[in-house]
Amino acid sequence: MGGMMGFGPVVPQANEPVFHHIWEGRVRGLVSAMGKPLQSNIDEGRFARENVAPNQYQSKSYYEIWFDALVSLLLKRGLVTSAEMVAGRAIGPAKPVVGIISAEAMRQNHFTRKSYDRPVPTAPKFAVGQNIRAKNMHPKGHTRLPRYVRGHLGVITLVHGSHVFPDSNAMGEGEAPQWLYNVRFAGRELWGDEADPKTSMSVDAWESYLELAQ
Amino acid sequence: MHDHDDGSEISPMDARVRALELILTQKGYIDPAAIDVVVETYEKKIGPRNGAKVVAKAWRDPDYKARLLKDATTAIAELGFEGRQGEHLVAVENTDRLHNLVVCTLCSCYPLPILGLPPVWYKSAPYRSRAVMDPRGVLIDFGVTLATDTEIKVWDSTAEIRYLVLPQQPNGTRGWSEEQLAGLVTRDSMIGTGIATEPASSS
Repeated sequence: MGGMMGFGPVVPQANEPVFHHIWEGRVRGLVSAMGKPLQSNIDEGRFARENVAPNQYQSKSYYEIWFDALVSLLLKRGLVTSAEMVAGRAIGPAKPVVGIISAEAMRQNHFTRKSYDRPVPTAPKFAVGQNIRAKNMHPKGHTRLPRYVRGHLGVITLVHGSHVFPDSNAMGEGEAPQWLYNVRFAGRELWGDEADPKTSMSVDAWESYLELAQ
Repeated sequence: MHDHDDGSEISPMDARVRALELILTQKGYIDPAAIDVVVETYEKKIGPRNGAKVVAKAWRDPDYKARLLKDATTAIAELGFEGRQGEHLVAVENTDRLHNLVVCTLCSCYPLPILGLPPVWYKSAPYRSRAVMDPRGVLIDFGVTLATDTEIKVWDSTAEIRYLVLPQQPNGTRGWSEEQLAGLVTRDSMIGTGIATEPASSS
């Protein structure tokens, strides 16, 4: 949503509760618990939440979007049927699933550090300080290259490591790790001459999102 | 725990979520007690006080601060804070001349083990759209007016790297204990939409 206009000021709420309704916490928990039985990954989950019509995306609350995405994955995998969703109870037999999580395992799970860093056989193509351009690309599936940096010139500021590639992982096509960089863009490069000259923005970008600046 | 809806009737979303949880339980895919654990974890165990301990320690201990800025994931794990959405952490330091601001324009990425779940405004369209285009203006929405020559670096969390802003230590707090210092570290100061509380106004 970077750079979209017309949403008005940011309005913080004082003493905001963690969950505004009981059902929000349940949705968060259901998504967490169903990760393994769905054989889903974080990128597929994000894609399911984002791959909806913009008017839907912007008219629903955050956890409504999470709920809808969970239901769509459950239906897609056939773990739940639409007849069951209408009836509000189980009708058919369960599908065999793996990874049903107990309360104790969930307790551990939240405090266990995973990693998205995977070894790759190649050396990083770019180095800190190098000038690059974010590619002008518009993939049909999932991507994590924000529209507002596409086609713009930036500088490599960090080499994070080689990480799971979401564009592939979200589509069930494997982790296909790539080098991941922090890339910084000047405010005026992204937003034009009227932008504040003392501002800059960075994104974390996978190698295939970037090309050497000419 | 109580619902924040008015009245006793259950809302349509409440009914839909209850129905789904029932179906998943009947089919044996979930243990509802595991869902309780998620709710309890975010409501009681993980929150910005974790991050405040990290910041307070960095203010007091220059060696720790150096480790934090070099490898935040390891330095933060030293205090026992690790887990989901804290797998790869980077700490960025505010100074007199530089202010850092963290956003996720694509969704709601946030360093959960040290800050807990993000507030609604962080996930909202106004913040996600404007933080990258007009960070100085967004800070004014939060009552933070920086000098016009203070540089602002925005960090858009587009991968699995999560950013923690190390706010400036308020003047007049040298020699304070970690616990006292942690009391000055607000959630917003660690996102970059705020600054640490000045001691005069915190008492």
